[in-house]
Amino acid sequence: MSSREKILADIKRNKPAEVAIPSFEFTATTYDNVVTKYMETLLGIGGNCNVVKDLTEVNKILSTLVKDQEVVIGISELGGYNASEYAFKDAAALEGVDTVVIEGNYAVAENASIWIPEKNMVNRMLPFICQHLIIVVNESDVVSNMHEAYARIKVDEDGYGAFIAGPFKTADIEQSLVIGAHGPLSLNVFIISADK
Amino acid sequence: MNKTIEEHSKAASVFLEDAERAKWHDETLWFVRAKRDKAAHTLPEWEGLREAASKIKEHTLSKLDDYLLEFEAKAQANGITVHWADDAEEHNKIITHIIKKHNAKSVVKSKSMLTEECQLNHYLRDRNISVVDTDLGEYIVQLREEQPSHIVLPAIHLKKEDVSDTFYKHLQTEKGNKDEVYLTRAARTVLRNKFITADVAITGVNFAIAETGGIVICTNEGNADLGVHANKVHIACMGFEKIIPKAEHLSVFLRLLARSATGQPITTYSSHFHRPKEGQEMHIVIVNNGRTAQLGREEFRSSLKCIRCAACFNTCPVYRRSGGHSYHNSVAGPIGSILAPNLDMRKNADLPFASTLCGSCTNVCPVKINIHEQLWSWRQILMKEGYGGAAKKASMQAMAAVFSNSTVFKMSGKMGRKFMSWIPGLVNNKFNPWYKQRDMPEPPKESFNEWYRKNRKA
Repeated sequence: MSSREKILADIKRNKPAEVAIPSFEFTATTYDNVVTKYMETLLGIGGNCNVVKDLTEVNKILSTLVKDQEVVIGISELGGYNASEYAFKDAAALEGVDTVVIEGNYAVAENASIWIPEKNMVNRMLPFICQHLIIVVNESDVVSNMHEAYARIKVDEDGYGAFIAGPFKTADIEQSLVIGAHGPLSLNVFIISADK
Repeated sequence: MNKTIEEHSKAASVFLEDAERAKWHDETLWFVRAKRDKAAHTLPEWEGLREAASKIKEHTLSKLDDYLLEFEAKAQANGITVHWADDAEEHNKIITHIIKKHNAKSVVKSKSMLTEECQLNHYLRDRNISVVDTDLGEYIVQLREEQPSHIVLPAIHLKKEDVSDTFYKHLQTEKGNKDEVYLTRAARTVLRNKFITADVAITGVNFAIAETGGIVICTNEGNADLGVHANKVHIACMGFEKIIPKAEHLSVFLRLLARSATGQPITTYSSHFHRPKEGQEMHIVIVNNGRTAQLGREEFRSSLKCIRCAACFNTCPVYRRSGGHSYHNSVAGPIGSILAPNLDMRKNADLPFASTLCGSCTNVCPVKINIHEQLWSWRQILMKEGYGGAAKKASMQAMAAVFSNSTVFKMSGKMGRKFMSWIPGLVNNKFNPWYKQRDMPEPPKESFNEWYRKNRKA
C-alpha cells in the first residue's frame, strides 16, 4: 500500500463523525469612514498613506521622490511605465531595483493590508526585492474587513497573489522592532480619491 | 522511568539560574500576551470568530480524507506535484530526492515547524546539502546550532549581546555592537545574497485550500516569498491538518492568527500560491507522522485544530518561566505538551506535567482547543502506563489515603498546621519544591471545618 493510500485509510478509520460546515454567526465590524481607518491602521504598522486627486498627482509626487535610482513603474496609466521590461528578469538582475510602483486591488481598513494579484506585480519578485514599495489603490476599493475583501477577490485567478501590509519587519532581536528585514524598507500607499 | 518526568523541571531550573534573564523572558512574553488582548478587544466579534474557526476545523477533521483528495486533485490541476509522506523519514527522503534530481546543493528555507519536527536540516546536511533558515530568528538560532525556543519568536531566549556575539563570530560584524538595526542590516545583506544564489526554496504552509488547490503562507519578513520567487524549485511541506475547505474561511483564520500571535492586525505578508511561475517547479509534501493516531484518540484529536499562533506559549506561566528549550520538542509550550506525547510517549512523558492547569491556554486559543483539559487527560494516561515514577506514585497514593478517610484527613491537617508554626524550617527549606522562589504562607490557626463548627454553634 502506498503512503497516500495508508494515510487516507487511517484517516477514514480514525476521523470523528461528520460535523456540519458552520455558517458565520457573528457580525463583522465595519467602519463608517474606511479611508480614515485604513490610514490610521497603516500608520500604526509602519507605512505611510496619502489621499490624492488622481494619477497625475501621483506622477508629480513620484518625480520629487526618486532621483537617479532604478524605478519600476507597473501602472500603465502612470508616466514612465516600464514594468514589461522586468517581467522575466531574475532575482540577481532585480537586486538593484530601488522603487516599485504597483496597483493594489483592494485595501482592508481593519489591518491595512492590500490585495495584489500577480498580474499587478508583473514579476513576482518585484514587490519583495525592491528597497521601497509604492502601492496605488482606488478609494472605492477600500473595504472594512477581510470578509469583504475575500468576497471580492478570486484567490486562484492568478497563480500567485498576496495581502501586503506595511514594510517588511522583524522583532527577532530581543523583541525590538526593526523595519526592513529582508525586503522593502518603506511602504507608501496612495489612495486615489473618489471625489472628482 | 521517573527520570523522564523530572526532565522539564530540571531544564527549567537551569533556565532559572540566570534570574535576570528569566525575568526578562517572562515579562517580554507577557507583554506579547497583553498585545494579543488589546488586538482581540478591538473586535466585538472576537468570540464569534473563535467559534467559527473552531467549527470550521472540527468540520474539516470530520471530512479530512475528502478534503485532502479534493486538494490533491485541484493542486495537480494547478500544475503542482503532490507527495504523501507517512513519517518523518519519508518526508526527508522525498525532499532529498527532489533536490538531488535538480543537482542542487543549496537550499533556503522559511519557517516550518514540520521540517523541525522531521529534523530535515540534519538529514540534508548529512547528505552535503546546505540549508539556510531565512527567518531572522531562525537564522540566529541556526548559526548557534540551537533549536528555536518558540514557534513564532524562535530566538526569544536570546538577548542582543548573544546575537551580537553570534554575528561577530559568523558574519564578522563589529565586536560588541548590539544595535538591533545594525545587526538586522548585517543579516539582511547576507540573506539577500543567499536568496539569489540558492537552488531550491523550502517553505511551510499555514493553510491549504481544498476548494482551489493552493496554499497560504504568512510571514512578517517576506522571506518565504523572496526564497520561492528567486528559485526554480519550491517545495512546501505541510502536516495534513493544515487543510481548510474554502477560500472564504481564510478571512476568519487570517483575522485571528496574527492578532493571537503578536497582537498585529495581520502578518505583513499573507501569500497565496496556486500555480508555479513560468519555468518553476512546485511540490507539496503532505505529511502524517503520527497525526492519524492523534486523530483516532478522541480526547486528543482536537489538538489537530492548532494553527500554530503560540498564544498559549505567551500566556503560560510555566512556559514563560522555563523557556522553550526545556520542552525538548520542536513545538514547546502547552500545545507542544499535548502534541509531543502522541509522537513519543516515553520521551515526552514529562511535558503534560509542565503545567499548572490554570486554563489560560484554553482561554486564549483562537481555535478553542481545550488544551489544559488535554494536559490533564495525558497525565491520567501516563500515570496508568507507569510513566509517573515511584515517588510521584507513592505521594499520590498517600494523598489518596489521606483524602479518603475523614479522621486521617482532619488529623493530618492539624498536625501540619502545628508543625508549620512550631518548626517553620520543616517546610521553608530547599528540599521543598514549593519553597523555591516563594515563601510558604502562615499556617491558619484552625481548619475550615473547625471554624464552621464553631460559628454554626454561635
